Amino acid sequence: MEPGALAADPARVKDPALLLAMLRNMLLQRAVDTRGFQLNRQGKIPIAMGSEGHEAVQAGTGFAFERGRDSLWVYYRNTGVVLAAGLTLESLFRSQFARATDTSGGRQIINHVSDRARGIASLSSIIATQCTHAVGAAYAYRLRRESDRVAICTFGEGATSEGEWHEAMNFATVLHVPVVFVCENNRWAISTPQRKQMANEHIAERAAGYGMEGVTVDGFDPVAVYDAVRAARAKAVNGGGPTLIEAKCYRFLSHTTDDDDRTYRPREDVEKERTNDPLPRFEERLIDAGVIDRAGVDALRAEILAEVNAMTDRIENEPSPTGADLYGNVYEGRHEPWR
Amino acid sequence: MNNAEAVRTTLRDALAADDRTLLMGEDIGARGNVFLLTKGLQEEFGSERVLDTPLAEAGIIGVAIGLAMEGMRPIAEIQFADFIYPAFNQIVGEAAKVRYRSNGDYTCPLVIRTPYGGGVRGALSHSVSVEALFYHVPGLKIVVPSFPSDIKGLLNAAIADPDPVLVFEHKKTYRSIKGEVSEGYYTIEIGKADVKRPGDQLTVVSYGLYVHQALAAAERLAGENVSVEVIDLRSIRPMDRETILTSVKKTRKLLVIHEDNTFGGVGAEISAMVMEKAFFELDAPVGRLCGPDVPAMGYALALEEEFMISTDRMVEEMRALVAF
Repeated sequence: MEPGALAADPARVKDPALLLAMLRNMLLQRAVDTRGFQLNRQGKIPIAMGSEGHEAVQAGTGFAFERGRDSLWVYYRNTGVVLAAGLTLESLFRSQFARATDTSGGRQIINHVSDRARGIASLSSIIATQCTHAVGAAYAYRLRRESDRVAICTFGEGATSEGEWHEAMNFATVLHVPVVFVCENNRWAISTPQRKQMANEHIAERAAGYGMEGVTVDGFDPVAVYDAVRAARAKAVNGGGPTLIEAKCYRFLSHTTDDDDRTYRPREDVEKERTNDPLPRFEERLIDAGVIDRAGVDALRAEILAEVNAMTDRIENEPSPTGADLYGNVYEGRHEPWR
Repeated sequence: MNNAEAVRTTLRDALAADDRTLLMGEDIGARGNVFLLTKGLQEEFGSERVLDTPLAEAGIIGVAIGLAMEGMRPIAEIQFADFIYPAFNQIVGEAAKVRYRSNGDYTCPLVIRTPYGGGVRGALSHSVSVEALFYHVPGLKIVVPSFPSDIKGLLNAAIADPDPVLVFEHKKTYRSIKGEVSEGYYTIEIGKADVKRPGDQLTVVSYGLYVHQALAAAERLAGENVSVEVIDLRSIRPMDRETILTSVKKTRKLLVIHEDNTFGGVGAEISAMVMEKAFFELDAPVGRLCGPDVPAMGYALALEEEFMISTDRMVEEMRALVAF
């Protein structure tokens, strides 16, 4: 189905504060990503990876997450999800600059942030490994009878080719655990398009193979994604088991600053998808619905840019780790390196 | 009790003592594990805490990691060490790095138990030793207990440990090795070797089934007035450098015996370490009596016997090194 076919009625989400928070998150996501690319081009950070085109699915998923209850098992292109779930902007910039106070201590590549107090789990770059972890977390909630908690897990469509992804889906339904899987289907795994990744048209179809409910939503529509994740979450806490949600979106940028997508996909395709850019679309919807006016959007953009500028300056001047920081936290307590 | 009973009673006591613990693996519930190590535990603790999993090793370990990161104390089983390869990604890429990559915010208190080793006509896929594939990896701990009392102490230590621990149990020792086990809860520090037999003419470092054969060989040599010290390594990572070096400085000769392949095996690291730290204390080249450089032992008896090291061969190697 075409993106937009399942677009939700904005009236279904009545809370203007939530709609504005989503818009702010989407604008912030793009501003942070843009800043990452600028810093990379300036030679200030080794790599950046943008989530342009993912803003809507990430805002929808991140705001469906219940702070203080749920846990989040994300992949590397998830700045918007983690910000919506409560990760601080400082943490993201410390990750970009690999500062000593980064959540990984400057060890992990950009965007690999975590925050245990907020339930935002530590991730690697290895594709789909977090999916079984989410199932394990959800099984912990079941064992402890913490019936109001859900594990939310995100990944791209490429991840669904991994054997471990299939094992996670199977474990999830066999154990009947409260987990919500959200596939951000941007149709490209670096240079490999979806049609070379699988014979399926919709990732959601795959759920049937595990006895799981699968849902496809318009990933350019934050409200549609929010509704789908909230519904899956409600089902999970009521003992209904896992759900696979596929949110169709698009990767507007290259995979990372080290990639050049002009070598494998025509510009016209990207330009055509750009006409579905979720940001102007959502702005227009909120203006039409009277939630905000054009001047309000402009003021929000200016406020976010100022915030990002100030944060850039602040974090750029924070200390980096030293060589001695390589050795800590290998095990609990002091680790005597073998030499 | 025998080694199998030591595993079973230790797991049972762990489940009884701490609600955060759970067992998970293939055929561990109704069947009670293929070696009957968990027999009766599902009846006692229920099918949620003694969990029969789908047949998917990466999934078992991945789910266990998620449980551990959420504060549980999963004790996962890989039915045979030969089946651990699909989980390599999760063990090496994830479990070993959770603490490191989150700078201590998240931890992975996970135990992975698995039977390994040959001499049971298990052939290519039910006999392998896999410790060398994992001992290269900082962030993991590896123990290989071979006596009932050590199994209890080290398994308890592994369960209490805040980091991932691999527990390799030589399957041939499950019912062939018996010994006394103290009552009550105790742990043995991970990373401490044990001098199982004192001696002063040769140090033998071994672990697993071969510790028992090395002790038998040393006993035979005692009849020839040859004195051999036998060290059971017990922990492969971290490794007890001090116990090895103290012994080598006394005996001035070292023989490492293990079932895993010679090339790149644990003996290679021990040998290099002794060269670096005690070169001038040695009266003979360090010897290694380890698995041959072939993919695996065969099913035919002659192919298994050729791979495995007999007690007679151990006696010969020890005698030759003492005479050097």
